[in-house]
Amino acid sequence: MDAIINILPELNKAFFETIYMVGIAILIALLIGMPLGIILYVTDNGLILENRFIKSLAGIITNLVRSIPFIILLVFLLPFTNLLLGTQIGPTAAAVPLSIAAIPFFARMVESSAREIDRGVIEAAVSVGAKPWTIIKDIILPEAKPGIISGLTITIISLIGYSAMAGTVGGGGIGDLAIRYGYYRYDNVVMYTTVVVLIVLVQVIQFSGDFIAKKINKR
Amino acid sequence: MVQGGIGMIDIRQVNKIYPGKNGKIAAVSDVNLHINKGEVFGIVGYSGAGKSTLLRCINLLERPTSGEIFIDDTNLTNMSIQELRQARQSIGMIFQGFHLASSKTAAENIAFSLQVAGMPAKKRHERVKELLELVGLADKADHFPAQLSGGQKQRVSIARAIANNPKVLLSDEATSALDPSTTKSILNLLKKINEELGITIVLITHEMEVVKEICHRCAVMQDGKVIEEGRTYDIFSNPKNDLTKKFIETILEFNIPKELMATCTGTLVKLQFEGNIANEAIVSDMLQAYPVSGNILHGKIEYIRDEPLGIFIMELLGKSDAIKEALAYLEKRMKQVEVIQHGRNH
Repeated sequence: MDAIINILPELNKAFFETIYMVGIAILIALLIGMPLGIILYVTDNGLILENRFIKSLAGIITNLVRSIPFIILLVFLLPFTNLLLGTQIGPTAAAVPLSIAAIPFFARMVESSAREIDRGVIEAAVSVGAKPWTIIKDIILPEAKPGIISGLTITIISLIGYSAMAGTVGGGGIGDLAIRYGYYRYDNVVMYTTVVVLIVLVQVIQFSGDFIAKKINKR
Repeated sequence: MVQGGIGMIDIRQVNKIYPGKNGKIAAVSDVNLHINKGEVFGIVGYSGAGKSTLLRCINLLERPTSGEIFIDDTNLTNMSIQELRQARQSIGMIFQGFHLASSKTAAENIAFSLQVAGMPAKKRHERVKELLELVGLADKADHFPAQLSGGQKQRVSIARAIANNPKVLLSDEATSALDPSTTKSILNLLKKINEELGITIVLITHEMEVVKEICHRCAVMQDGKVIEEGRTYDIFSNPKNDLTKKFIETILEFNIPKELMATCTGTLVKLQFEGNIANEAIVSDMLQAYPVSGNILHGKIEYIRDEPLGIFIMELLGKSDAIKEALAYLEKRMKQVEVIQHGRNH
């Protein structure tokens, strides 16, 4: 028990570091990944902005990033992070590879949620003379919203997992804590504590995500 | 209004060819149709006949491989995409699957059309209310599609389609997913829209019942071609093509049971009464004028858009000379008299 109390300040710091780096990555995923996902969808065959070139380009970039294992991406991006932030350690630095990984991950989530929409609904919007942007804004996004929320939940949870790996290269966060105490010092108490914290965190996120997705789903 | 009316839709030499695995497939080939202003025009055919593709060519949801589409004398086929979007606001469309946005309420689905047409948000509310009343859903404004029945969903989609006062309404099997009584009420709504708002309606269907109920004129399609076209009444009373006959039979055909045929000794005739002739007492005149007696074995009067079309099967009994004369009399006064079975032991 004493061991846990002793570790509390550090655990608290690690917890917020994890939230911080995952938060940044999610923000970037929403800002870049969501539009990318929509582009992947609307440029597909028979859709409102069908464009084979853009579709393949966006698809290749997405797959390229997704095919690199995160632990490798982490190391691979170190020079880039250094260039961007002037440092390669700390949670802000860890947020860079996390964001890069989150973009294509979330983009595919958005794309597959959009695919769930009955194409007839989009066709009906085309038949009243709606512009592509109006269709994206007022039909595709609201219709795909429950799926996007679920996708966001999955992305957040995956990123929490990834953030633990970021700990190995000095990124901070709960993963970093677990490795420092649990792996290097054989301190099982800290290790179990972090596992419990992670389990609770993931459960809370999954539960909230499911709840919101269900609440806004009118289908 | 029906024949020689003012043109609204002009389909000229339209072809739609898809690349297929075994060469090109012509979904629509060489179709020419002229649809008049204020008309309800039906396109009938089995699935795969190309009727849906043809309908989708009218608002260019499918671009014809060749040919031209004119609506109210404007050529849609050479418009820019912006012009086409503008033009589509005056061509409403409804679908078999309703295609309502599930995340929007009935009112919001309708308001979407108005928003697209650039109506300010303040005015939309009023218009949506008006439209919901028109389609009989004034109390369902805030319901989501999932909370509505099939018929109600179709009403919302009709309101959405006519929100911007279109000239034309295209209906893609709009009643095919509905039960018979709902179908009837939706057809009545379409009829009302056609008569009260003067919107020209083009509908495709595989149900002859729909054509019979509301179409002024219709065309029959097979293998991408229009094989017969004309006033609905003429198509029903005098179908030329075999396929057309098959479609008509779904409404008008009835067979006398074989056992009954076998017991009949007299001459069996099938009489077809058209229009006002239905009111005349031809049969009773015949029975009084000639020494024959008649038995009605079967009879049916169908109303093709309010015009009666009657078919009767009668057994005529009497001396063969008298029957011959009686038949000659009937043939003189009626268009269609068909002897199904000649009398025996006379």
